[in-house]
Amino acid sequence: MENLIEIDNLSFSRSGRTIYDNISMRIPKGKTTAIMGPSGIGKTTMLRLMGGQLLPDSGDIKFKGESIPNMRRTRLFEVRRQMSMLFQSGALFTDMSVFDNIAFPLREHTKLSEDTIATIVKLKLQAVGLRGAAQLMPCELSGGMARRAALARAIALDPELIMYDEPFAGQDPISMGVLVKLIKALNDALQLTSVVVTHDVTEVLTIADYIYILADQKVIGSGTPEEIKNSDSPLVQQFLQGLADGPVPFHYPAGDLQTALLGASC
Amino acid sequence: MLDWIAGIGAANIAKVRSFGRATLMLFGAVIAKPQLVKNVPLTIKQIYVVGVQSLLIIVVSGLFIGMVMALQGYTILVGYGAEGSLGPMVALSLLRELGPVVTALLFAGRAGSALTAEIGLMKATEQLSSLEMMAIDPLRRIIAPRLWAGMISMPMLTLIFSAVGILGGHLVGVDWLGVDSGSYWSIMQSTVEWNKDVMNGIIKSLVFAFVIVWIATYKGYDSVPTSEGISKATTQTVVLSSLAVLGLDFVLTALMFGIE
Repeated sequence: MENLIEIDNLSFSRSGRTIYDNISMRIPKGKTTAIMGPSGIGKTTMLRLMGGQLLPDSGDIKFKGESIPNMRRTRLFEVRRQMSMLFQSGALFTDMSVFDNIAFPLREHTKLSEDTIATIVKLKLQAVGLRGAAQLMPCELSGGMARRAALARAIALDPELIMYDEPFAGQDPISMGVLVKLIKALNDALQLTSVVVTHDVTEVLTIADYIYILADQKVIGSGTPEEIKNSDSPLVQQFLQGLADGPVPFHYPAGDLQTALLGASC
Repeated sequence: MLDWIAGIGAANIAKVRSFGRATLMLFGAVIAKPQLVKNVPLTIKQIYVVGVQSLLIIVVSGLFIGMVMALQGYTILVGYGAEGSLGPMVALSLLRELGPVVTALLFAGRAGSALTAEIGLMKATEQLSSLEMMAIDPLRRIIAPRLWAGMISMPMLTLIFSAVGILGGHLVGVDWLGVDSGSYWSIMQSTVEWNKDVMNGIIKSLVFAFVIVWIATYKGYDSVPTSEGISKATTQTVVLSSLAVLGLDFVLTALMFGIE
């Protein structure tokens, strides 16, 4: 199987805290790969590393065999045209209508006529079911609609790779279902490679072809949804079943409670 | 004690690094590969936002400052029978000092703070990141047009401020207090020199504009993307750029008018 992204022995730390310690991952081409893990372990950071917005301390990230951290800025910008990212907040430009938001990357990167752009925008909006909302401003959209509009913008340039940052966070069950269906449909119809970062277990098990579970700065489990479900790793099972305590501790690292309480009273 | 010294060192290193980042930002936005054709429409839009929308506060302040100057100047000058010199007094102080400085302070409060808050919020809502991921450089797309718009708007605002101030002085001095209109204008004309007074005022305003928009855009771009961080960045913009304007004004005045 051909890999679109290969991550080798990646280490990354921020303000003195190690986020990743010697991680390796493969993102196969044309598939949906999910990266899961408890909040706060830097799943979004992984996407930013793949997009070249952050530089790793050591290790390498290859996009189509080309090392992203070692790219020159101009080349990086060329490569980024082949990828796109759906941000958690949607990150629509608040001073433009939905239509202009989706037309924005087309206007910036292509020399298409306004007529052609309008056609493409309408098709993309139709795909996410928001053609009727083209003239609304981002502040007039609900959270789910904003994310769908952002998705339309993310596919405007027909990228090869889409990175979804927590696409299901804070969505009601209906919009969640819509998004799951959209991500799957886009992947099948456009032959895209998708990377989904999330902690919504059930949704991911239905759409992902391959899953990586991150915790404790490392990959603690990987495999197809079936393999993950049957994993005998206690960490993976704690995550899948949502247990409060287990190998991933409930408590943020702290000293002994007794000492802390008695120490304060003395 | 050692910690204290280390703290001073760390604070200074942080300042120098911040200055370095600001310079890099400026370089990336203005010098590295300017895209003139794409930037012109964006810059015009920003001129409307930072320039045209600042007009009201500039005109009103200019009018009142001119009126107050005429009133104050008249009460002093009339004691020496020199109320005919009211025109040049108002014009010179406005063109050389008050025009550039007060416009700059108002501009920092009105447009500078807005720039910082806008860019900071763009950062907080991931709009800057999303531009980067769309392979569009936010320095060129967001920062550069705002820098240019400030540099273009400020000298014009300064000239408008001074002109309105001179008219305000006329309103009080001539129409109300009865100074001769002919002497108000003609002595002003014979005293004010184009290069020495008008041009120096414009140069001052250009320098102030550069400093204000640089500080404002950098503070927004470098802000911590939380509500607290943006409020802090906005405050810093107004405080830093006001202090920078006043300090630079002294330096510029010393260079321009200090040594005859």
